[in-house]
Amino acid sequence: MSKVKNLQDLKKMRDELKGKISLREKSDHPESMVQIKVSMATCGIASGARDTMNYMIDELDSQAIDAVVTQTGCMGYCYAEPTIEVTLPGEKPVVFGHVNTKKASEIIEKYIKNGELVDGIIPDSYETIDGK
Amino acid sequence: MARFKNHILVCGGTGCRASESEAIAVNLKRSIDENNLENDVQVVRTGCFGFCEKGPVVKMVPDNTFYVHVTPDDAEDLVLEHLIKGRKVERLLYVDPETKEHVSDSKHMDFYKKQIRIALRNCGFINPENIDEYIARDGYSALGTILDEMTPEEAIKVVKDSGLRGRGGGGFPTGLKWEITLKSESEQKYVVCNADEGDPGAFMDRSILEGDPHSVLEAMAICGYCIGADAGLIYIRAEYPLAIKRLKIAIEQARDYGLFGKDIFGSGFNFDVEIRYGAGAFVCGEETALIHSMEGLRGEPTVKPPFPSVSGYKGKPTNVNNVETFANIPAIFLKGADWFRKIGTEKSPGTKVFALAGKVNNVGLIEVPMGTTLREVIFDIGGGIKGGKKFKAVQTGGPSGGCLTVNHLDLPIDYDSLIASGSMMGSGGMIVMDEDDCMVSMAKFYLDFTVEESCGKCSPCRIGNKRLYELLEKITLGKGDEGDLTRLRNLANVIKDTALCGLGQTSPNPVLSTMDNFPEEYEAHVKESKCPAGQCRALMQYVIHPKLCTGCTLCARVCPVDAISGDKKMPHFIDTSICIKCGACMDKCKFGAISIQ
Repeated sequence: MSKVKNLQDLKKMRDELKGKISLREKSDHPESMVQIKVSMATCGIASGARDTMNYMIDELDSQAIDAVVTQTGCMGYCYAEPTIEVTLPGEKPVVFGHVNTKKASEIIEKYIKNGELVDGIIPDSYETIDGK
Repeated sequence: MARFKNHILVCGGTGCRASESEAIAVNLKRSIDENNLENDVQVVRTGCFGFCEKGPVVKMVPDNTFYVHVTPDDAEDLVLEHLIKGRKVERLLYVDPETKEHVSDSKHMDFYKKQIRIALRNCGFINPENIDEYIARDGYSALGTILDEMTPEEAIKVVKDSGLRGRGGGGFPTGLKWEITLKSESEQKYVVCNADEGDPGAFMDRSILEGDPHSVLEAMAICGYCIGADAGLIYIRAEYPLAIKRLKIAIEQARDYGLFGKDIFGSGFNFDVEIRYGAGAFVCGEETALIHSMEGLRGEPTVKPPFPSVSGYKGKPTNVNNVETFANIPAIFLKGADWFRKIGTEKSPGTKVFALAGKVNNVGLIEVPMGTTLREVIFDIGGGIKGGKKFKAVQTGGPSGGCLTVNHLDLPIDYDSLIASGSMMGSGGMIVMDEDDCMVSMAKFYLDFTVEESCGKCSPCRIGNKRLYELLEKITLGKGDEGDLTRLRNLANVIKDTALCGLGQTSPNPVLSTMDNFPEEYEAHVKESKCPAGQCRALMQYVIHPKLCTGCTLCARVCPVDAISGDKKMPHFIDTSICIKCGACMDKCKFGAISIQ
């Protein structure tokens, strides 16, 4: 085990270890970061939602974008799987359909980073109890 | 390093562990492995979440779903439904008692809404047995920064500026205590952590040590640097095995990382701690008694001065602080004294952890800013009184404190307001009582505790408290007279004025405060031989209402002492001279014909 010899050692160590609990830190303040829900019901998984989710987690992490990626149940858009719902801080949720890794990359580059909307938006037609 | 997409936080506090939370964690892990999710999902055993009433508690991250009353059999469903299918397991969600709706996110629960967690900041968040998680939460960086950049005087100034006061009950300014110890000249000084939590119903210190032991260790090292001590001692009662185990692990890890030992952070400062076990005596929470106990002597207090800051352990200057006080220290240095001062009230900055217990819906561990009202604590966070009964009183400060009534519900809680209203902060136990609780019996319960725990050194406490107890006993048996009330009050005041240490000086408080707040209850006992709350057995009478009794004979058959007589299909009668008041007849009666008078 490495010994902490000075404050710099500790700070370096802390930065390396941050990743271990960042998921918990983020879930404590979800409203301040990008929230992404990936629809992971049977239809979503069959259409490749797991790949999409893994890709988004890795990509957002490597670009150091503060985001919480969670899985959720069927959103009902089985014709457009994989579907994801993206909520930018202070914005209304936007649902995207047919999100493969290529689409995911486009969503990250355009919508998440710059707020530009991209094709494939499913107009929201429901209310959730979370909004109450 | 594996990058987990989900963390499952399982409460590993004593309460939840007693309800098999360890088996839940094991089953979760097994189910995760069976479904090949071991690289995606991490199971973490954390410290106490505070919501003990609903334990065992399991929290899913990152979606923040809070599951309550989980059993080991539920583990598989959590994995299959929540993790794999992404559906919340509704039957395990918290149900809001008012709206009857399921609440999944803990942030939307009334229990958590008004809390600010400083001392408990890592409880229920990190794995207390893993120093890495503490370091990732900025652990030990307060210590590192102080050693790198501050003189002891500068560091003490931060603590003084923060206005932090001792959380063990006395409320003495922590920074001032440190300063006095620094100024006491000696080659050897000691830092002592008082983890001898003795109040009945209090478990905040235990929970902090179980949930975040490193924060206390780090603070002890900071204190050591500030006062010029290289040795720390933790005095903990042997009846806290889990806290001791986690402390030992934490100390080992800190030593391995070079955060304890010689030349910490290359600063030349040495520090290490030892654990000392107490046998669980209430008086040993008093600092001089605690020190004697650590020295291997009888746990008896001595007169102050000299204060431990001047002459303490082995006659050397010793700084004694409580667990919760220490737990606040790293946060104060990380965020600044000004930040701390903005929380709480002017004279009592910061937060206080309370162990909420008794007849309240949400029993648990809570941390609220000083100045929060009792109403907010009991009705908003605590969810009100169990069974829709009426609130009667709340006992704060344990056996040394007093009771507060409906009139005090809107009192902002801090050290001074509680003293002014005849109670005290104490270590933070809060026992809520409803209309069925008899105040005389309550005072008797605490006196029983004090009599048991008195060390016997001074006569006011040893003999006086015993006599107080006997008077209360007489009253609850219905044998008291009005003169007893005067005697009770006089004796209580004498003990208060003459006892040697805090234990004796405060032991009459429950008697005096109940006499002040509920005089009519004492009078009912002595004048009418009645217990208005219906709790004092000797004063109760079971009676059968002749109009409601159908003469079914069931009561006569269950009565263990044959006190009930009567012919079939005719109203029955209880002979109160034989009745032992066991209540069996009342439980059995199908017609509600038996009542207590």
